[in-house]
Amino acid sequence: MLDCRGVSVRYGRHQAIDDVAIRVAPGEIVVILGANGAGKTTLLNAIAGLVPANGEVTLDGRSLRGLPPHLIVEAGLALVPEGRRIFGDLTVHENLMLGAYAKRARQSEREHLDRALALFPKLAERGRQIARTMSGGEQQMIAIARAMMSSPTILMLDEPSLGLSPLLCSELFRTLRRIKDTGVGIFLVEQNAKQSLAIANRGYLLDNGHIVGSDTAEALSRDEKVQTAYLGGG
Amino acid sequence: MPEASVLELHAVSKRFGGLVAVDDLSFEVRENEVLGLIGPNGSGKTTVINLISGALRPSRGEIYLRDQMISDQPARAIARAGVARTFQLVRLLPSLTVAENVIAGAVFGHKRLWGGSARKYALRQLERVGMRHAVDAPTTSLTYIDEKRIELARALASDPAVLLLDEWLAGLNPTELQIGIELIRSLKAEGRTIVLVEHVMNAIRSVCDRCVVMNSGAKIAQGTPEAALAEKEVIRAYLGEDNA
Repeated sequence: MLDCRGVSVRYGRHQAIDDVAIRVAPGEIVVILGANGAGKTTLLNAIAGLVPANGEVTLDGRSLRGLPPHLIVEAGLALVPEGRRIFGDLTVHENLMLGAYAKRARQSEREHLDRALALFPKLAERGRQIARTMSGGEQQMIAIARAMMSSPTILMLDEPSLGLSPLLCSELFRTLRRIKDTGVGIFLVEQNAKQSLAIANRGYLLDNGHIVGSDTAEALSRDEKVQTAYLGGG
Repeated sequence: MPEASVLELHAVSKRFGGLVAVDDLSFEVRENEVLGLIGPNGSGKTTVINLISGALRPSRGEIYLRDQMISDQPARAIARAGVARTFQLVRLLPSLTVAENVIAGAVFGHKRLWGGSARKYALRQLERVGMRHAVDAPTTSLTYIDEKRIELARALASDPAVLLLDEWLAGLNPTELQIGIELIRSLKAEGRTIVLVEHVMNAIRSVCDRCVVMNSGAKIAQGTPEAALAEKEVIRAYLGEDNA
């Protein structure tokens, strides 16, 4: 269980997120909706230890406070970052193996690799290709597969559908559901509100750095305000 | 022919070692048209944008901007000739301010402005993309979407004849998407010619005059968005039954 309480981040004088509380349980998909600039990426980065934050973040009861990012991965939390951030000069296979660098994953890296390649068969065909020579959408697959390689209990994804074709996008959401079914908790930032709410259990609304609402995914998809703001009308 | 063609790809191929990324591709973009270039991930769309803008050189075939062959020219000359682009993952100049980034487009692009007039023209473009308030901000303070807006302003500052947008609408929420689509329409209304690589189907349907659909480097369909997106092969390779 990922549990965040009173999480705040400031960039200089700018309060990016303020007193945010969210929870993600194992085996559930939680989506966070909000306009660009609302603070969604900041929240994920704060949880992953990439930006300094105030407040308490615990994973399975253990505080992540002050831990450097690599130890947060070690604790069981992985992030698929905005803009992919893959290692462009390494091969696809090397990128994936680096994902399993955490001690928690190293012993069973073969098993994680098989699972990741089953999720994205295209990466199996392209194992020896230099990552930067792959298309944007293919690089996105590497980023997701790499995060899965660390065998996380909570997987956070920052707009994973960005740049994926409609077909792959549908496949991605099916894949996320399969990952969830294996007991992983998924915390998802997405502009594709319709498809993400369709697979999510719950959702939070983030506006201007504050959580302004939370409900089951089903209730959120029916909510008129959510429809206007995030689902493109009725 | 109803409109003259501004951009023409003639039997263009691009190989990377053994991989044929673009395979004997031909299409034209007509004056004042918005052409959608769509297809599965890895089908070669961004490579085509790189070939047109001169970041890559075709292994075979030619690309013309009006009557001028540009496919043997370096990227800087193609920019001067009137082709501007944005990047899928934004590439701003991080040590420069927002205004300076856009001025760079005016100075080194088709328009070739300098000094006060370059700055004035750059500020107008920032206004257009809704970023006037950020003129003197460092680029590092921007959200991803704002970075994309700045990059579009930089492309516009060169006053391009052909504008290449590589997934410029990706990552916008529905409200922002409407604004983005309006912006593209207004660019068309002022006579620009646009090539749009995009996966956002709402945008393709509402803003493109025609589409070229690629798969594995080759053209598999073209026509109006309705016609092209209804083709069996396009549904199979690209849309998926859920999204058709």
